[in-house]
Amino acid sequence: MQNPASPFEQHPLLAGYRPVPGVADELFEAEGVMRPVWRPFVERFLDLPPEDVTQRFERGDQYLRDAGVYYRQYSNDVLAEREWPLSHIPVILHEAEWAGICDGLAQRAELLEAVMADLYGSGRLVSEGHLPPELIAGNRHWLRPMVGVRPRGGHYLHFLAFEIGRSPDGSWFVLGDRTQAPSGAGFALENRMATGRIFPESFPRDYIHRLAAFFGDFRSALEDLATGGGAPRGRSAILTPGPANDSYYEHTYIARYLGLSLLEGEDLLVQNGRAMVRTIEGPQPLGALWRRMDAGFVDPLELDPDSHIGTPGLMEAVRAGNLAMVNALGAGVLETRALMAFLPKISEILTGAPLALPNIATWWCGGAAERAHVREHAGQMMIGPAMAVNLPFDIDAATALGGELRGGARIPIADWLEAEGATLVGQEAVTLSTTPVWHADGQGGSLRPSPMTVRVFAARTAQGWRFMKGGYARIGPEGDATALAMQRGGAVADVWIVSDTPVPPLSLAPRAEGGFRRTIPGTLPARAADNLFWLGRYVERCEDAVRLIRAYHLRLAATGSPDDPRLARLAEFLAGLGIDVTQPVPDALLARLDAARLCASKVRDRFSTDGWLALRDLARTAHEMTATARPGDDTARAMGVLLRKITGFSGLVHENMYRFSGWRFLSIGRALERADALATLLMQFTEETAPEGSLDLAVEVADSVITHQRRYRVQTNRDTVLDLLVLDADNPRAILFLINSLKDLLEKLPEAQIAGRPGEILRALMPLRTELSIIEPDAVTPDMLGRVRADLFHLSDLITQRYLR
Amino acid sequence: MRYEVKLRLTYSYEAPSDHARNLLRVLPADIAGVQSVQARLLTCDPMPDERRDLLDFFGNAMTSVVWHEPLAEIGVELVARVDRRASQPGLDLSSPLHELPLEIAQRRGLAPDAPHHFLGQSRRAAPMAETTAFARDQLRAGMTAHEAIEAVGRALHREMRFDAEATDVDTPASEAFANRHGVCQDFSHIMIACLRGIGVPAAYVSGFLRTYPPPGQPRLEGADAMHAWVRAWAGAETGWIEFDPTNDQFAGDDYITVGYGRDYDDVPPLRGAMRGAGGHQSAQAVDVIALD
Repeated sequence: MQNPASPFEQHPLLAGYRPVPGVADELFEAEGVMRPVWRPFVERFLDLPPEDVTQRFERGDQYLRDAGVYYRQYSNDVLAEREWPLSHIPVILHEAEWAGICDGLAQRAELLEAVMADLYGSGRLVSEGHLPPELIAGNRHWLRPMVGVRPRGGHYLHFLAFEIGRSPDGSWFVLGDRTQAPSGAGFALENRMATGRIFPESFPRDYIHRLAAFFGDFRSALEDLATGGGAPRGRSAILTPGPANDSYYEHTYIARYLGLSLLEGEDLLVQNGRAMVRTIEGPQPLGALWRRMDAGFVDPLELDPDSHIGTPGLMEAVRAGNLAMVNALGAGVLETRALMAFLPKISEILTGAPLALPNIATWWCGGAAERAHVREHAGQMMIGPAMAVNLPFDIDAATALGGELRGGARIPIADWLEAEGATLVGQEAVTLSTTPVWHADGQGGSLRPSPMTVRVFAARTAQGWRFMKGGYARIGPEGDATALAMQRGGAVADVWIVSDTPVPPLSLAPRAEGGFRRTIPGTLPARAADNLFWLGRYVERCEDAVRLIRAYHLRLAATGSPDDPRLARLAEFLAGLGIDVTQPVPDALLARLDAARLCASKVRDRFSTDGWLALRDLARTAHEMTATARPGDDTARAMGVLLRKITGFSGLVHENMYRFSGWRFLSIGRALERADALATLLMQFTEETAPEGSLDLAVEVADSVITHQRRYRVQTNRDTVLDLLVLDADNPRAILFLINSLKDLLEKLPEAQIAGRPGEILRALMPLRTELSIIEPDAVTPDMLGRVRADLFHLSDLITQRYLR
Repeated sequence: MRYEVKLRLTYSYEAPSDHARNLLRVLPADIAGVQSVQARLLTCDPMPDERRDLLDFFGNAMTSVVWHEPLAEIGVELVARVDRRASQPGLDLSSPLHELPLEIAQRRGLAPDAPHHFLGQSRRAAPMAETTAFARDQLRAGMTAHEAIEAVGRALHREMRFDAEATDVDTPASEAFANRHGVCQDFSHIMIACLRGIGVPAAYVSGFLRTYPPPGQPRLEGADAMHAWVRAWAGAETGWIEFDPTNDQFAGDDYITVGYGRDYDDVPPLRGAMRGAGGHQSAQAVDVIALD
């Protein structure tokens, strides 16, 4: 077909671009007429050689992999992750159009605030008949303990997201409001980082509005909320359900980005009506929480009694006005699908103005007229649970579409509506606009249209609602432009809000009242300290296991027989540690690696992305080796690989981690574990009945072969080995050295010394340190080593009691 | 009838832990025209570091108690004097059952005693096909709401066996109903599920029962611990009436009310949270002595 389009619109990459008839398209406003806002970008993009496009997209994907961006689906396996599905072509909107959308959404945000204030205040909407009482009374997101509670700071809503789509006529409408714990803002940032790698040139870069200003505004608002209101100063933090949550990665990312503590329910306690963070320095007050947890889970005492991730009493801190929640507990009620049916009228009642931006047309089937309307138009409706809070396209078997029940029609729609009308809602089966998506093929690829929705983020600031100039687009599969298709959608895309002229970079001028501030890193939460401590222990435990397994397989390769007495002794020792040497990569080793990774996953906001990736790589490599490693030399080499990867991780941590309390607990964990492992090893292998070669093995496992040769210039004997591995203050693999390190680390912990005198923990360490400093090797008996182990165990216990709970 | 009510709860914990927080709902309520509390004293042992008295959404008295230091055992003791009026067995002026939906729809507000709160599902008392079918079997054409409530309650009493050992506080109503046995909590949850299934708003009542019956009358089941029964809405004119399916009678002046809720989860005598604690053991002792 010929059309009067300009040449690039007949470009082969666009040849297959055929918008679905009857729906709006982001790229073309009419057949053959490209929207001006896309034109400069598309012109340049089409000029890129195919291999350049591939390389650019690969750069973006590589960034996401390096940054550790992943997506998780809720599952019991907290370590299951899948790659981030970025659609590389952004969605492009003009700043003027965006401003119009945001004006409409600002009105909607204020309306939602007013509805919230009513539902938890005077209840006028229900008592005057503007909302059916059963929609509220039977709603599990309407939290009775919040009724009559004035939120700290005076507002219920502080951070919102709106899912919007474009109608066939080109106008925008709202598919859903996210008020409970809106996710996606962190992902929008990561998408932007990736597209920045893909399109780094000053065009388009300089013409796109940045995201940072929005986050800066929100961060300040959060701080004002935490410290304001005349109440005692407190800090702000993010509350996460933990690593099992599908957007936990985003929580860690945004916590790092905003410089906020990432807390779980057990990090908090409520004392005298105030929320406190359990830290290594004792409870510290908290003024505001950005919760990424559904409100019901927040307090098992007054809300969901089955919650295991909440904090008993948090509701009390909220009621006392000492803790601001972003958003207020109970805000989830605003997500109720059926509410959409009433909002247009409520808008007129509460604000005196109609909705500037309509929402998806909705009918609550509890009313006879509405029920009849839905019945007559069932063919163009999605009919589903009235109380559902998910977005219209997140539907399940209980939803009917186009007049048919998705779970297999059991009863006719009309009967269903008649029987269960009050629990049902009909929503117009809307269509969405399509946007270009790159489809790669052998030679290059082409652009083809896919449906999309955009998530818009808003934050309440002292200057009113501020909107992110950008967003998070969800992309559905090609061809189907019904909103329904989005549930099968697999991709996400960046959203560019562009200007006709370059956008000035974000001003670096300090906030008026701020100036330069050297902030003191917040006090370490006790649980984070605990995870770092155990991360240190597990990593060391892995290293110890790897060295022992390597020693075993080196000797197996040399003797060729597992029956050799030294090998049997070593196998027995390993069995005592739970390690089965008949497996080249023993399950016990994998379990230790996974334990390390699990601890790390809980404190991802506290150490570098590189460190996390190194650990992930280590565990993955070990799991892969299970399929290939053969006993003997092959396994010895495999262990060598793992050992280097472990040292890689340790190197990253020790070279790069800021020397603050977190690093100290990690190091204390390692030192304790290493000293304990050495004592265990030496008890066995320096014992009188130990077979020949045991001393050499001990020196080898302790990685001190060369040092031994240098220091003693004799064959190993019991005294040289114990001198080097127990009593040497300069060998990093000697117990005394480790005890000295522990002393240095422990001295820097809060209240380690009181009035110049050592506290309980340091006092517990001193006798051991003194003894090891003065005795001679012949006094280092297995019994004595047994006492060392008992002392270390006691020390670990004291540290746990004092700092880690 | 005036009573002296005594309650003692003890909780002992396997692993003492720091910061125990509990929410108590044991104080008898003041209910205009029905029940008045002349004195009540609630003490905790050891003495809590924090204590706060407040009302929940339904107007029930809650006491929040917090201990900051580790502890192995908590004791709670209540002594109260309560005057409970005998309810007059009046005429049944309640609405016909079939008119109930309309009367409910005409009630707009969400005040704590609005019937809307007590319909549909709640965590522990959701209508089930079996309970609804059972309730329907008890109905006759033209019944008043009052008659329907009584019919369902009495039928349940005939159908179910009281068994203090068969269920515990966490047993789901569905299981207790399937086995046709349980204690007052199970009887009440099942009756609530039955009534909601036929469109009658129904609430859970937590309270006490007099320990020693008047001479010549049998001792009531459930008198040695806190008791539970059912409150049901019989229409705009009659309002709420209370029936005890465990003892097959309307709740009269043998009954002392502590609180109302949608089910047990809204009014547990003690809800606690101990950080890091292992299991715990609890004991409950109740004495309700008639003073006149």
